[in-house]
Amino acid sequence: MSAIPLLIVLPLILAALCALIRERWATRVAFVGHVGMLAIVAQLLSDVIERGPLRYAVGDWNAPLGIELYADGLSALMIAMTAVIGAGISVYAADYFRHRGNSQSFWPLWWLLWAAMNAAFLAADVFTIYVTLELIGLAAVGLVILARDAVALGAGLRYLLAALLGSLAYLLGVAILYGAHGTLALADLAARIEPHLSTSLALALMSVGLLIKSALFPLHYWLPPAHGSSLTPVSALLSALVVKASFYLLLRLWTDMFGATIALSAAQLIGIFGAAAIVWGSLAALRARRLKMLVAYSTVAQLGYLFLLFPMITATDTSAATQAWQGGVLYALAHGFAKAAMFLAAGAIVHAWGDDNIDHLEGTSARLPLCLFAFALAGMTLMGLPPSGGFIAKWLLLRSAFESAQWWWIIVLLAGGLMTAFYVFRVVRSAFVPASPSRELNSIPLSMQWAALVLALISVALGLTATVPLALLSVGAPFAELPL
Amino acid sequence: MTFSEWAPLLTLGSSLVTGVVIFALPEERRSLRTALNLGGALVKLLLVVAMLWGVFHDREYRFSFELLPGVDFMLRSDSLAMLFVTLSAALWLCTTLYAIGYLEGSPQRSRFFGFFSLCVSSTVGIALAGNLITFVFFYEMLTLSTYPLVVHRGSEKALRAGNLYLAYTLGGGALLLAATVWLYGLLGTVDFTQGGVVETLGHTLSQTHRGVLIAIFFMLIAGFGVKAGLVPLHTWLPIAMVAPAPVSALLHAVAVVKAGAFGIIRVVYDVFGVEFAADLNVLTPLAAVAAFTALYGSLRALAQDELKRRLAFSTVSQVSYIVLGTALFGPLGTIGGAVHLVHQGLMKITLFFCAGNVAETLGLHRVSEMSGVGKRMPWTMSAFTLAAFGMIGLPPTAGFVTKWYLGAGAIAAHMEWALVVLVISSVLNAAYFLPIVYAVWFKPATTQWNEPAVGTRFETDWRLLLPPLVTVLLSLGAGVLAGAEFSPLTWAKLFAVEEYIR
Repeated sequence: MSAIPLLIVLPLILAALCALIRERWATRVAFVGHVGMLAIVAQLLSDVIERGPLRYAVGDWNAPLGIELYADGLSALMIAMTAVIGAGISVYAADYFRHRGNSQSFWPLWWLLWAAMNAAFLAADVFTIYVTLELIGLAAVGLVILARDAVALGAGLRYLLAALLGSLAYLLGVAILYGAHGTLALADLAARIEPHLSTSLALALMSVGLLIKSALFPLHYWLPPAHGSSLTPVSALLSALVVKASFYLLLRLWTDMFGATIALSAAQLIGIFGAAAIVWGSLAALRARRLKMLVAYSTVAQLGYLFLLFPMITATDTSAATQAWQGGVLYALAHGFAKAAMFLAAGAIVHAWGDDNIDHLEGTSARLPLCLFAFALAGMTLMGLPPSGGFIAKWLLLRSAFESAQWWWIIVLLAGGLMTAFYVFRVVRSAFVPASPSRELNSIPLSMQWAALVLALISVALGLTATVPLALLSVGAPFAELPL
Repeated sequence: MTFSEWAPLLTLGSSLVTGVVIFALPEERRSLRTALNLGGALVKLLLVVAMLWGVFHDREYRFSFELLPGVDFMLRSDSLAMLFVTLSAALWLCTTLYAIGYLEGSPQRSRFFGFFSLCVSSTVGIALAGNLITFVFFYEMLTLSTYPLVVHRGSEKALRAGNLYLAYTLGGGALLLAATVWLYGLLGTVDFTQGGVVETLGHTLSQTHRGVLIAIFFMLIAGFGVKAGLVPLHTWLPIAMVAPAPVSALLHAVAVVKAGAFGIIRVVYDVFGVEFAADLNVLTPLAAVAAFTALYGSLRALAQDELKRRLAFSTVSQVSYIVLGTALFGPLGTIGGAVHLVHQGLMKITLFFCAGNVAETLGLHRVSEMSGVGKRMPWTMSAFTLAAFGMIGLPPTAGFVTKWYLGAGAIAAHMEWALVVLVISSVLNAAYFLPIVYAVWFKPATTQWNEPAVGTRFETDWRLLLPPLVTVLLSLGAGVLAGAEFSPLTWAKLFAVEEYIR
């Protein structure tokens, strides 16, 4: 039996189940559910590796009449990333909510979000993508307002508006494509599409919609409050995973569908916005007063890196395009693990001291070494320093920029890494100040600390095992193999 | 896998694993931590000795795996690598013993020794790196693992020093990475090759991409020069002196500063190839920077009253000898530069150990307070004196051997001005070291020293006293027995022969 439908159906069932049962049971169901999901993901990975890209027709109705799902190396990688990071966050969340109570709505929303994200990674037509976008947006907004305070409600509302606006723009683009070509399937559209005003308009609308959802500067305004003021497990889910879904979709559309019709200037423009995001996000993180806001601004900056790959994959040089594509995806992966770890660690530190001011972190190094380790290791990945996954990703992006002779991106990549170092070490520095022994500390369960540390370690270990995800990524890749 | 593959990996792992285990130890597990520290250091030393024996008998130790298609992580034992890895393994053992004594009873020792081990692991990685990418890998790891040691005390001054250190070294690292990627793009490989990978592969490039290659060369040198303390990139070094004494000792003798100098040697000989570099006309500017640094460091050292700061500027000056030797075209200069890598390490670590002893035992930090200390701490000050003589270059110390080869190298390369620099710099060395030696032995004490604690037989804790005595004996041995089969000089000659006679 194919693993593909289960990836969507199982979390949906669990979402419904968790909404009905008691809180205590929801945590136990979550545990069993995660084991099941990881097993299904493992099945999917082995299928994709053995048999190449997979297609699955829902209810045996083939496209264009029915809905078709499609899994290649890239989608399998994103699904696996979601499962592993999700498991780490869930371990943390179980103890987090045990402390805090009211996890009633967390588990159903999280399962719903997971189902929607898996569907987005598997979608093979532009309308299904729209549906998944809406579902992701709604589940995410629901998670943000779980914090139930005025700040979170305001942030949730802004997020909701941004999400709806994004979906709307995307849907308009879909309507134009359908009107012009009479099909919604990605593969059919790719075959029929040609440079035309309607194509450019659809591309622009769909891209802007997805860029709002991925919070690319200057469309990022909704992200910092939403990510910074939610409950910690939610912040981690949003920053590590949710923004990756819209990034993934944009990458899909650009490489699989619009391909040759994209103007170089459009790609350069996205790259410029990415560079601006790096600068703006880093400066905001340097000025932030609250620890979790610093991490949220860091997300704005780090997302900027992901968009640097667009000008490089539209370069004429295939080798440069391949490396940018590999580097970008690897960066998304490394950032996912690192950012989840960073938020979880930051949340634990804030909770332990009962104080979220970055200048009040004295004693963290002595009393919460695991959390600080997790934070710093995650920071190392974000800085792109070896041996982390961020380093390998940066290496590939740099190689691509050199090969396609776009030296300005080299400067952005290197300067961005240094700016990241400044704000990460701002926290580390503050944590190294010794505290008076009398400073009171709320105890943090070890499971929460280790969840953060393990995710951070994976983000670092990715640097030494990068050939594994890259091999998977080559299954059904839009570019030729690396000519080496 | 065979031993020839395992050996480099185990050498790296002997401190890496130790470090990770130590992090996990609770603060109060003192004896277990000590056992792990010393055990790890001993295992590493034994592995290195085994590899030394093997390399001497023409075996090769190599470990590699693919980081990316076409990009390898590679550890390898060539003669230059062995020179550096032996130095770091031997000095790690000494410094560990010293640090255990020095930090007795102070807080946060698990964190300290954990990062201490990571720092040494990075150094070993740098020594054994078989290509520029692996080098960059460990070079950045070194930056990160040293930061917690520099800011260990958590004082405002230490934290500010830490920031400055990071700003310089991470900036240098970024430059290094850019240059490495660029070069890799041109050649398709950046493996360290005897005679230079650029010289071997890139002969056609020398016509078409001459400017690019020169740019890459100086980017690499600047990236390494930050850690090596080449003027004007040296500013962080004296300020980083706030670190505890064992850290300063390690930083100045093996880890950070030496990693930079070692990188420069690798770039000139194994990346570009010394003949190719001479052909690009990049060696003379490099020699000029090194010569200027040698004089500038000495002049600044002269003006420092704080002992550790004086030693820091002395490091700036002494490490540039290594760079100077590297930039002198010809085997004699090469030998002088490479052998000073070891000699400077042995002498400088002795000086830092002694400075730490005086500070720790008597609370003295300034040169002007040190009159008559020789009577209270004769062993420590004897070691200090001998190491200072070495720094000045008096025969038969190790420093003399270095300066002999550097001077001969300068004449052979027709760069007589370098000889003049060497002489002036030696005079300056004498001018800032001899007054200390004089004050310590011949001036009367101005205050009453505290007496050795009851129950100790020595002038200070034996764990503080033994390491400088061992290192000063090693440095004397390196000078007196320079002709012996296992002396640093022999290995440096081996390296020079490999580079020039192929």
